[in-house]
Amino acid sequence: MQTLQLLLSGLAQGMIYALLAFGYNITFATSKTLNFALGNFLMMGGVLGFVLYGTHHLPFAATLAAVVAVGLVGGIVLQKVAIDPSLKTKSSYNWILATLAVGIILRNAAEVFWSTDDFKLASPLGDDPVRIAGVGVYPQELLIIGVSLAIVIGVETFKRRTIFGKAILAVSEDKDTASLMGINQKRVISFSFMLSTAIACISGLLVAPVTFVSATMGTVIAVKAYAVSIIGGLESGAGVLLGGIVIGLAESLTARYLSTGYKDIPGFVLLIVILLVRPNGIFGRRSVQKV
Amino acid sequence: MKRILIAALLIAGAAEAQIKVGVYGPFSGGSAGMGVSMRNGATLAADEINKAGGVLGKQLVIVARDDEARNEKGAQIMQELLDNENVVAVLGPINTGVADASSRYCEEKKIPLIINASAGAKVNELFAQYPDNYVFRIAAGDLLQTEQIVREAVDVRKLKKVALLCDDTNYGQNGRAKMEKALEKRSIKPVYIGKFKIKDTDMTAQLQEAKAAGAEALLLYGIGPELAAVANSTNRIGWKVDMIGAWTLSMSAFIGNAGKNGDGATMPQTFIESGATAGKQQTFVHDYEKKFNEKPISVAVAAAQGYDSMYLLKLAIEQAGSTEGPKVKEALESLKKPYDGITGHYAPPFSKTDHEAVKDANVMMGVVKDGKVVPPAKKAAPAAEAKPAAEADTKAGADTKASGDTGAADAGTPAPSEKKPSKKKK
Repeated sequence: MQTLQLLLSGLAQGMIYALLAFGYNITFATSKTLNFALGNFLMMGGVLGFVLYGTHHLPFAATLAAVVAVGLVGGIVLQKVAIDPSLKTKSSYNWILATLAVGIILRNAAEVFWSTDDFKLASPLGDDPVRIAGVGVYPQELLIIGVSLAIVIGVETFKRRTIFGKAILAVSEDKDTASLMGINQKRVISFSFMLSTAIACISGLLVAPVTFVSATMGTVIAVKAYAVSIIGGLESGAGVLLGGIVIGLAESLTARYLSTGYKDIPGFVLLIVILLVRPNGIFGRRSVQKV
Repeated sequence: MKRILIAALLIAGAAEAQIKVGVYGPFSGGSAGMGVSMRNGATLAADEINKAGGVLGKQLVIVARDDEARNEKGAQIMQELLDNENVVAVLGPINTGVADASSRYCEEKKIPLIINASAGAKVNELFAQYPDNYVFRIAAGDLLQTEQIVREAVDVRKLKKVALLCDDTNYGQNGRAKMEKALEKRSIKPVYIGKFKIKDTDMTAQLQEAKAAGAEALLLYGIGPELAAVANSTNRIGWKVDMIGAWTLSMSAFIGNAGKNGDGATMPQTFIESGATAGKQQTFVHDYEKKFNEKPISVAVAAAQGYDSMYLLKLAIEQAGSTEGPKVKEALESLKKPYDGITGHYAPPFSKTDHEAVKDANVMMGVVKDGKVVPPAKKAAPAAEAKPAAEADTKAGADTKASGDTGAADAGTPAPSEKKPSKKKK
């Protein structure tokens, strides 16, 4: 029963990582860049959710809509200011600093215009744990697991079943050929950025009731999600789910049965092992970089 | 018109007629709540002092710097304050690591530093290295707090099986070591010792282990948000357990985020906002809330200590008749005027060999109840309210503090602290 409780905690935590990791993957697939501001987009979703739903008591649906809208707009802005210029100059790694900078700006903006404190967002499903077979489950955790799965599966299906989705796949496969086939790759890349930041904002809203809302809430999650994304494979949807679950469970089980001080270690050891053995992740395809 | 002229003259002459005081602490990031409250408290005090004519006829000017709770940043700021800004004294900081990384510059430059929040920073320990110590503290130090936490659990509540749960920062681990020592004195070994990281939100694993070990009380050392996570996780695993911990259990980041799960949490306090129903303390709370549009005060203890630290400095400068570091330091060590502050009655706060203003008797145990920290008092004796009878006996300092809180509701369930030897009993 105790172990069951831990498995559930780990699973919910892992799904949060997986969802954000999925955000990294979406833009990496199309543009071969990583958006390091993603953790702070998560924070923005959480903060906005707290302000609208928690402070101003807007209906949850309206809050969700606003959070998604901000995510979509944020994605396109980020792409224009941080990604495009550095891709244009062909300097390969400017986007790392540029996206990090956007993230810092977002965090500082939240600190200046909102608050530096931590707050609790009441879950729309209630904050008392439900007891199932002696295990305390927050309804919000079930929501996190459900929504995360739905988003990952939904987007993956969308990519495979729809024409625009196939365009995304084509761009991630080979940009130039996709362009020659009449695919507007710029539009595809923009779409992927909007999608990934919107997902990050939604995950912020999702995790806010079980973590706390603060200007720094995205920092740790972003790092863990990055590890998940590497472990799962930067271009794989199923991979992030697996990676998220592995890291989430490793954390909670290590904390209980080894030591709480070591709880982050298995995940990062795994990260290093995977980088050594399968640099493209468990589900990643081998890629050859042509110079 | 005349007034405007005078004001203009004052501004023109301001450069010379200023006393610069450095204030540093985290104003952004996770500890910002404490830093901002502390700065606000100090600002409020400075404004009052300036309105009343300043110090030695000069206006106090605060030079505030954000150390982001980073040790190296704290050291840089301290050098900037001392070398570029030429402050006459420094107030702050919040974080133990920051204080320890920056206090030596004050020793070297012979500029007094009054620590007004950091509980773990070295203060009296510095005498060994700097016999001419320039570091003072007006806050309940770790030694004091851990002793009181353990006393509350073991001596008052008679709980012998305790689990320690502390964060993994300097602060948390110092607290853990000192709590272990305080337990050892009572020949008790904690049944479980666990830790957590800043920003952890799920403490299930640690709590399960503590519960399995048979703990009857959780002794906590950390800051607001993570402590709230502990409280929430006890609810999650359906465990009712006594929570006693550092003063940070009074942070709004704990109380707000733990909600009803935080009820009953008990912590040492130098100031309790909801208990400030009379006199100077009430005025302080009222002015603070009005000036900074914040109710309740985010971290009332830090605000009160920030406020008091500024006044202690003012008294010292006035007594010294100078802003020179060594003279101010000497005045601090031998303050003739008693200071009746927000956090207690200090007469005198410091001596040549003891730079800790807050003593055992200054601190009372606060209890979280319905989203507020309330004093543990059960008495309802309004007579005790008006005049703090400070020097009645050594313990009476507690009454000084409690004097303002008599009107508040009683603490209810948790065992009354033995530090409540109200005059009735004696």
